[in-house]
Amino acid sequence: MKQSTGRTLTISARRRRAAALFLAPMLLVLVLVAGWPLLRTLWFGFTDASLGDLAGARWIGFSNYLEWLSYGEGDGEWVGLLVDGEWWRAVWNTLVFTFITVSVETALGLVVAMVLNVRFPLRGLVRAAVLIPWAIPTVVSAKMWAWMLNDQFGIINDIGLKLGLISSPVAWIASADTAMVAVMLVDIWKSTPFMALLILAGLQMIPEDIYEAAKIDGVNPLVTFWRVTLPLAAPAIMVAVIFRALDALRVFDIIYVLTPNNAETRTMSVFVQENLFQFDQFAYGSAASTLLFLVIAFITLGYIRAARLNLG
Amino acid sequence: MAQLTLRNLCKSFGRAEIIHGIDLDIAKGEFVVFVGPSGCGKSTLLRLIAGLEEISSGELLFDGEKVNDLPPKERGIAMVFQSYALYPHMSVFDNMAFGLKLAKSDSGTIRERVEEAARLLELEPLLNRKPRELSGGQRQRVAIGRAIVRNPRVFLFDEPLSNLDAALRGQTRVEIARLHERMPDTTMVYVTHDQIEAMTLADRIVVLRAGRVEQVGAPMELYLKPATRFVAEFIGTPAMNILPAEVTAEGGLRPKGGAALPLRAPAKAEGLGLGVRPEDLHIAEEGEPALYEGRVTLVERLGESQLVHVEIGHEVPLVVKLARTVPARRGETLRVAAPVDAFHLFGADGQALDIRPQ
Ligand SMILES: Nc1ncnc2c1ncn2[C@@H]1O[C@H](COP(=O)(O)OP(=O)(O)OP(=O)(O)O)[C@@H](O)[C@H]1O
Ligand SMILES: [Mg+2]
Repeated sequence: MKQSTGRTLTISARRRRAAALFLAPMLLVLVLVAGWPLLRTLWFGFTDASLGDLAGARWIGFSNYLEWLSYGEGDGEWVGLLVDGEWWRAVWNTLVFTFITVSVETALGLVVAMVLNVRFPLRGLVRAAVLIPWAIPTVVSAKMWAWMLNDQFGIINDIGLKLGLISSPVAWIASADTAMVAVMLVDIWKSTPFMALLILAGLQMIPEDIYEAAKIDGVNPLVTFWRVTLPLAAPAIMVAVIFRALDALRVFDIIYVLTPNNAETRTMSVFVQENLFQFDQFAYGSAASTLLFLVIAFITLGYIRAARLNLG
Repeated sequence: MAQLTLRNLCKSFGRAEIIHGIDLDIAKGEFVVFVGPSGCGKSTLLRLIAGLEEISSGELLFDGEKVNDLPPKERGIAMVFQSYALYPHMSVFDNMAFGLKLAKSDSGTIRERVEEAARLLELEPLLNRKPRELSGGQRQRVAIGRAIVRNPRVFLFDEPLSNLDAALRGQTRVEIARLHERMPDTTMVYVTHDQIEAMTLADRIVVLRAGRVEQVGAPMELYLKPATRFVAEFIGTPAMNILPAEVTAEGGLRPKGGAALPLRAPAKAEGLGLGVRPEDLHIAEEGEPALYEGRVTLVERLGESQLVHVEIGHEVPLVVKLARTVPARRGETLRVAAPVDAFHLFGADGQALDIRPQ
């Protein structure tokens, strides 16, 4: 009988050890650049830290999240993030923004991807051109749109007036009714190409001959799309959606540039940034930042689980 | 269940004409095999019949009815692709049933037809698996099953066995032959460049060359009476030896560097080629006049036989197929002979000429 000593490792054990060795530097970097700041933020959320005096931060427990503020004689009120209407408003704005932009971007991206997947002259050029909105830095394109949407000098109002679509100039960005729509439109304009590109990669994985088999089976194009194209592209679409959703849940730059200080469009990231650096509520902002992290993690995990159930 | 007629069928991709006017009649229930070198247009011709490519000019008739402009599903065809082309996200059952389901057949009929096909192809235990959980041979059987279920008028195969290993290929070849026996009314058109498949499966073989029909005929007819030098070299392995021929002073024929043959030379004597198959050559017996005498440069032992390459002063050696028991060694000198009626004669234009004894 062969004896296995402690020194002779099985192949799989040796592989696992090699994998761990290769992964170690990456994990170390991750701990340094992601783990450490995360822990720091988590910690500040439980302190009374202020921007001017981070070193002097003292532990105050859950007070930033929820605390009974007593006025004496049994009178008082709950204060803290968990009962802050402005925070929950920001959470709601973020969810609405994410749901609508990602849905529209997915639908439009799919259409664009299907068009770009068909062979036609100059396709390479068109594929590159479609990417332009994505290639422009967000701050630049947001500024550009801010001018286009400007109530007095903007080209959008000008065109609308000349075509008779609107009777008087609209303050797209400033007015409460249209601010969110304007922000979402700009995001859709910017991110649809990215979506289209990711979905296109998925469409290109579908072999041509399957479509020919469907033709022979007598499947009409619409059914082919629903029963063949979409199920086969679904994994790629799922991944694209999660990429975009993660981006949208953290959205900051478009809103910060386009509609600063606007409750209609304030998202979680904007709320966090304002508290951390503008309102001198560093600890409160840190607590909000921690909640933001939890909300995103929760949604992402839920989505992955649902997607896995769907894909079998 | 259909009789096919191709009339002056042409196909161009852009400005490149690939199929140059093909005329062909395929009888109902016939098994026709297209063979030809790579790129000659076999797949393209099959796809024209299927309706996957548009016909540039000419006519395609099914049972006398013009189908040029009918989409594939209205032609009543089924096709088996080289790459199987199964739907990866559907089970074996759904792969076979997909077309029927969309045609709104009732589910009892669908189940019956799929199960019958599965029984025929021994796929019953696999009906719930996805294609990725099947071996190559099983996938190919599913692809064939999907075609059977459609109950087609015409069955089209594009190199269905070329992705299988040799043993499985032999086995599946026999299964296809059996399938044809069981569906004697279904016309089958089969593309391959495997000679054995062509010879064993076909009622008739169509040899294609650069988008034109070179010869049509029963397998043994092509083997015994090739109409052109191209067919002679293409059908049969190892390929026929083609020797440049000269006319003797007496008006007979002699392969270059060899002995004169008792054959009459044709009127036009330039560029003649004499063909003789390796298996028709043998070692000359004592007293028998030799066609060639030469040194053995290579012996390929195939097991049941051996291919002996004999140096005869041409660019290519003469290949002789001998029984495995015949002693032959490299460096030896061999005297090789062949019966007169084993020879084929080709003119300068590549057309076969009659062999006339002197
Ligand atoms: N869609 C197409 N566009 C342009 N040219 C094509 C197209 N399809 C085929 N061809 C050309 O037509 C010719 C015949 O192709 P085809 O696929 O019919 O050959 P084949 O006889 O099936 O060859 P193989 O044995 O390699 O499969 C080739 O020269 C090929 O390059
Ligand atoms: Mg081919």
